[in-house]
Amino acid sequence: MPNKHERSVLVQMETPNLIPERDLGQIPVLEAKHLGIDFGGLTAVDDFNIAMGKTEISGLIGPNGAGKTTIFNLLTNVYKPTRGTILVDGYDTAGMSMVQVNKMGIARTFQNIRLFDKMSVVDNILVGFGNQMGTSLATDLLRLPAHWRREREFRDRAMDLLGIFDMQRFANTEAGNLPYGAQRRLEILRALATEPKVLLLDEPAAGMNPNETEELMENIQKIRDEFQIAILLIEHDMGLVMGICEVVGVLDYGRIIAKGTPDQIQNDPQVIEAYLGKQEVI
Amino acid sequence: MTFLTQVLNGLQLGSIYALVALGYTMVYGIILLLNFAHGDIIMVGAYISWVAMASLGLHPAIAVVLSIGGCALLGVLIDKVAYAPLRNAPRLSILITAIGVSYFLENGAQLVFGADAKVVPAFVDAPNIVVGDAHVSVIAVITIVVTAVSTAVLTFLVQRTKLGRAMRAVSEDMGAARLMGINVNTTISFTFAVGSALAGIGAILYSMAYAQATPTMGIMLGTKAFVAAVLGGIGSIPGAVIGGLLVGFAEVLVSAIGLSVWKDAVVFALLIIVLIVRPTGILGRTMNEKV
Repeated sequence: MPNKHERSVLVQMETPNLIPERDLGQIPVLEAKHLGIDFGGLTAVDDFNIAMGKTEISGLIGPNGAGKTTIFNLLTNVYKPTRGTILVDGYDTAGMSMVQVNKMGIARTFQNIRLFDKMSVVDNILVGFGNQMGTSLATDLLRLPAHWRREREFRDRAMDLLGIFDMQRFANTEAGNLPYGAQRRLEILRALATEPKVLLLDEPAAGMNPNETEELMENIQKIRDEFQIAILLIEHDMGLVMGICEVVGVLDYGRIIAKGTPDQIQNDPQVIEAYLGKQEVI
Repeated sequence: MTFLTQVLNGLQLGSIYALVALGYTMVYGIILLLNFAHGDIIMVGAYISWVAMASLGLHPAIAVVLSIGGCALLGVLIDKVAYAPLRNAPRLSILITAIGVSYFLENGAQLVFGADAKVVPAFVDAPNIVVGDAHVSVIAVITIVVTAVSTAVLTFLVQRTKLGRAMRAVSEDMGAARLMGINVNTTISFTFAVGSALAGIGAILYSMAYAQATPTMGIMLGTKAFVAAVLGGIGSIPGAVIGGLLVGFAEVLVSAIGLSVWKDAVVFALLIIVLIVRPTGILGRTMNEKV
């Protein structure tokens, strides 16, 4: 698997999409074609295209208000697009509910953390496992041994997930009482529990210190390698984006103004002007 | 009247309030609705028992099942027909709808059964047991035990099952719950079913104690249970039980010292005092306003 030192070989898809070579020949796990949404008279996102390989890590950057979170809301059917299509594993998700889209394999985290604060850490993850548990109320109340067995099984799996971030000791803590960084990590784990094919991370490193961010970068790659999923992230931390993303898209005023490898993006004059300002920051 | 008898009376009345308050608190917890029709569901439950036993001559056990099942079904139906279409409407609309449903049920019952009280036959043949110089009512004991078991089952359901976790998740953040694959509508229906089933149990226990059904019996019972739920901290399950017992004890105590005309006033005074001192109720969490 590629890491931040050796860059992936990218293949040009049906313009203007790029995916890693290793994912070539398979249906893109997530595809958006000419996606756009208007709020009243305002076009928030226009002509957004993406095709993600099954194990790709991509980043979406852009100034505040560029429409990054709006794209996440479109991809998860929180918003209904005004134009364009979204395909998950080749299936059009138009008209699906948020629950169905999640079952199709899209899971996300939120820019402003939205954990179930009053529930324990392990319960938050168990909520994510909900669809796999497939229990009925009758079994829960009448067949207690079976109920406890399944509860234990999923509790163990939840603990395994917590192990990714070394968070087992927090299992019974109320999620709202976790330190900020741990809350962000728990959100990722809760999303992972729904067994996604694509994980959408909305500013996963926000509010983290450099050490935590470094660790997060390793863990995002670890998650991709272990679960073999695609990860699309929105992030302002350029170190993280340029470090782990194979493809980076730059959004400005709701439009993609540049797309390419981190190296291409960093040297794109349009990006430097629109996003980074006149001064060279990186 | 001995001390033990009074304690039992307080526990019995408090248990009924607690069961009804649990329904209020669950529905409020999940969709932030004060379901004013909740008291009237109890009234319907009492009438179902009356129809089953007095009109159809069915066994009391069947009447119990029909009452609880009927109430659960009615609760889900009310939600589907009256509240679900207003899920995204302003909260005031759904609140007014709840009041409308309440009137509908009361007047519907009056139309079908008439305004006069129906005598609900005894569910169990239960003479009082004499312990020392105290008369212990078997019905009081049944009421207390049934409430304790119901509360325990409910707690298990909410804390230790998938559906319970879904309920808690939906009550905290409906949008995030949906995005985590929780079917919110099913979860809300389930909450109404459980809350209304508890009202059904309350209806049976109430009919055991007072043996009559009237179209308006749910108003005061529902209001007192509402007070209990707010007193304990609305949205909190242990809070509803504590609030219910407090209201029950307050009433029995006031009656015991010979001021029974004042008992309703005392309950509402208690509510006012608690709301002044602790606006979120005894076990309610203090809300942090997000800025």
